[in-house]
Amino acid sequence: MLLDIQNLTLGLPGAARPLLAEVSLRVGAGETVGLVGESGSGKSTTAKTVLRLLPEAASVTGRVLVDGTDVLALDGAGLRAHRAGTVAMVHQDPRSALNPVRRVGDFLVERLTSTGTTDRRTARAKAVELLGAVGLSEPERRFGQRPHELSGGMLQRVVIAGALAAEPRLLLADESTSALDVTTQAEILALLRSLREQRDLGMLFITHDLHLAAAFCDRVYVMYAGRVVEQQEADRLFTHARHPYTRGLLACSPELEDIDRALEPIPGRPPSLSDTFTGCPFATRCPHAEPECGTWIPEPVPLPGGGTAACRRLADLPEGPVEQPVLAKRSPA
Amino acid sequence: MSAIETRPEAPLLVADGLTKTYRLPGGERLTAADRVSFTVPRGGSLGVVGESGSGKSTVARMLVGLVRPDAGTVAVDGRDRATRPPSFGRAAHRLARAREIQMVFQDPYISLDPRLTARHCLRTSLRLHGRDAGDGRIAALLDQVGLGAREAGARPHELSGGQCQRLAIARALAVDPRVLVLDEAVAALDVSIQAQILRLLDEIRRDTEVALVFVSHDLAVVRHITEETVVMRRGTVVEQGPTSRVLGAPEDPYTRLLLASVPRRGWDPADAERARAEADAA
Amino acid sequence: MTAAITVDARLPVRRRPVLVIAGAAFLALVVLAAAFAPLLAPYAPDAVDLSASLVGTGGDHPLGTDASGQDLLSRVLYGARTSLIAPLALLAIAALLGVTLGTVAAWRGGWVDTLVSRVTDVMYAFPGLLFVVLIIAVFGAGITTSVLGLGLAFAPTIAKYTRSVALTERAKPYVDAYRVQGMGGVRICVRHLVPNLARSIVGYLVVLFGEALMSLATLSYLGFGSQPPSSDWGLMVQEGQAAIVQGALLPALVPGTAIAAVVVAFNVVGVWAADRLGARR
Repeated sequence: MLLDIQNLTLGLPGAARPLLAEVSLRVGAGETVGLVGESGSGKSTTAKTVLRLLPEAASVTGRVLVDGTDVLALDGAGLRAHRAGTVAMVHQDPRSALNPVRRVGDFLVERLTSTGTTDRRTARAKAVELLGAVGLSEPERRFGQRPHELSGGMLQRVVIAGALAAEPRLLLADESTSALDVTTQAEILALLRSLREQRDLGMLFITHDLHLAAAFCDRVYVMYAGRVVEQQEADRLFTHARHPYTRGLLACSPELEDIDRALEPIPGRPPSLSDTFTGCPFATRCPHAEPECGTWIPEPVPLPGGGTAACRRLADLPEGPVEQPVLAKRSPA
Repeated sequence: MSAIETRPEAPLLVADGLTKTYRLPGGERLTAADRVSFTVPRGGSLGVVGESGSGKSTVARMLVGLVRPDAGTVAVDGRDRATRPPSFGRAAHRLARAREIQMVFQDPYISLDPRLTARHCLRTSLRLHGRDAGDGRIAALLDQVGLGAREAGARPHELSGGQCQRLAIARALAVDPRVLVLDEAVAALDVSIQAQILRLLDEIRRDTEVALVFVSHDLAVVRHITEETVVMRRGTVVEQGPTSRVLGAPEDPYTRLLLASVPRRGWDPADAERARAEADAA
Repeated sequence: MTAAITVDARLPVRRRPVLVIAGAAFLALVVLAAAFAPLLAPYAPDAVDLSASLVGTGGDHPLGTDASGQDLLSRVLYGARTSLIAPLALLAIAALLGVTLGTVAAWRGGWVDTLVSRVTDVMYAFPGLLFVVLIIAVFGAGITTSVLGLGLAFAPTIAKYTRSVALTERAKPYVDAYRVQGMGGVRICVRHLVPNLARSIVGYLVVLFGEALMSLATLSYLGFGSQPPSSDWGLMVQEGQAAIVQGALLPALVPGTAIAAVVVAFNVVGVWAADRLGARR
């Protein structure tokens, strides 16, 4: 297993609840795994632990294995090698990842030479090759351009090229297409998909958009209040989502087709770090909650079709696609 | 409820030939909006969709008067918003215009005055328009958007993003507008909160017969809550018509590209690539 | 197996502001001393006693006397009044002018902004003291002229600062929301925009206080400001200067130290307050 996170719990002094609670997650080589959640769900924190970018004063239990090495046990040189080599991260805003006064080519050359194994001439040739590999036209010319001369989509390609420089095996994409226009997002996703195929990249794809994750990934984890509440094959998620939160997300997200379905909002708001829970964190917003849910510590329950869902009432919940009664459909124009 | 029977033939909001050009540093000119025209009936709902740089926000700002169009007019109930009736003073004209069209902005936190509590915020709006600004009226407005007594005394930074956006909607409703322009008003919210706000807007539209102009990059949202859609690209309207037709059976290759780019069940990013090739060929 | 890791607690702990507390305590003392000068001072500030000219410390005069035998402690205590109130008045005038100009420039933009910016730039480039000396040459010396003149001289800095923070604030959508609601520009600025800038403007003014005090003391020292028999600190330094030749340091040293101590204390407290109030510097 390329990435294997086991029972990761991360606490901060002063926080009312852990940022992450018993998170377990796996990504195989060549696999695209989605990590979905709303703000404060812990999805980005999970990704950062893979690079051991922990908040200061954080206390961590559990293991984060990348290719069998426990990242949390690494230190000094080992950690630097890990960050520079095996794993690469692509963030939401490409502009903040690039130095605005330097040429985009220099950004790549720096990445390539930082490992100390490549001289500048080879690095330059390699950088141009990478710019071509991420689908930028005229890579020679792009090499000499500065960030303000390129569009957001092109810059995100440059950042991806930078991520590929060290030939990583695992790519962490943290909302890396969220700031882009929808047509540009599609281009970047097509690029990521082809890179995965060419390079057998494992990918952890973090997004707030459940439909995007389910359409793009092989498997999807859904997080809520620092916990993984459901994990399934992406295809089955549309039709066989089981956790009430996942079903709630599907029911409240508008879709292009299926417009006769009225949007069914989840009541309440996503929990903040100051909210504490004695049991299932979703219980207060859950239509199926019983008083006992308030004291039931969530644990993943295996699902018949593969995957898990952490819900106490799993046996009694509806199956099949999310279908809500058409309630408040407005009068036709 | 019976909006259909009483709806008069004349549209409520008419945007006619709205054009705005900006001069860029370096002497170039950017046409942010080029002869954009549409109408919205009383209690109707129109979506303006497009990507960044399409000019949809410029159109929204021209509707409410934050940007003065180079050409074209905005009329509500047949009255041109730009011309002041001779009987009106400047301040009276400003307030009368405000009662025609109100706006809700994208970022819920910075679109509210940081110093004012929710109650104070609404009182400011009500007083400005000489309305009853008593606690009862304020509580009723807050209740209409799903906020309670606890939120009434809170400042924006003590509220969640969704609560702030509810307050911003209440502030707009305080002046009883005929049209509500929403500029990416749910884009910054979490998915579960977004649905709450969309439902709230739908309820408000049914209860008050306010017309909505929904400016958004999100085609699925527009598909859900609008009846008519305008698709913009680089300042021009590429397609407009009933939402079900424009987003269900689009004629323009660019609209098709937009739709093909939206991730959904069984979607492949390669679909979008094919649509792009068609759009570029057209 | 479970590995537990605890990263060092390196949370951004605020440095304990010992200096700030000391500075604030000192300023509080000075203000109290100024307020209760009639009770604290052993003599009237202008009580001349030629028989006790240039007496050293100790005995009847804790800080000694000046050439005309006036008690230095009493004079410094009374002097604190003008020396603290005058800079306050100066800053009030400068803030009224500067905030108005800066806000108008930021709000109106266009040629108004260009005009205000050019004028403030020119004023900025012109040495403030020289400008005041010119004013005094026309209107005559005195503390009122000095305060008014320096108030004018300080206004451009405040205008420039206000303009920059007002531009940022103006771009926020809540200001657009007020416009969409039909509120007039003057009302938005006076009732909402400026109050939202108040914190950072006050923070900026606190830092300017030390400079204002120094400038006023300088004018008095040069003879353009407070006139005798006032016991303004700047004036006292100037009067005490002659005694240095006669080997008496105290008449110049006492008021000089008072100026230095108050300015340093104000800067220490001011920088801290400006940070807390979120003033950009």
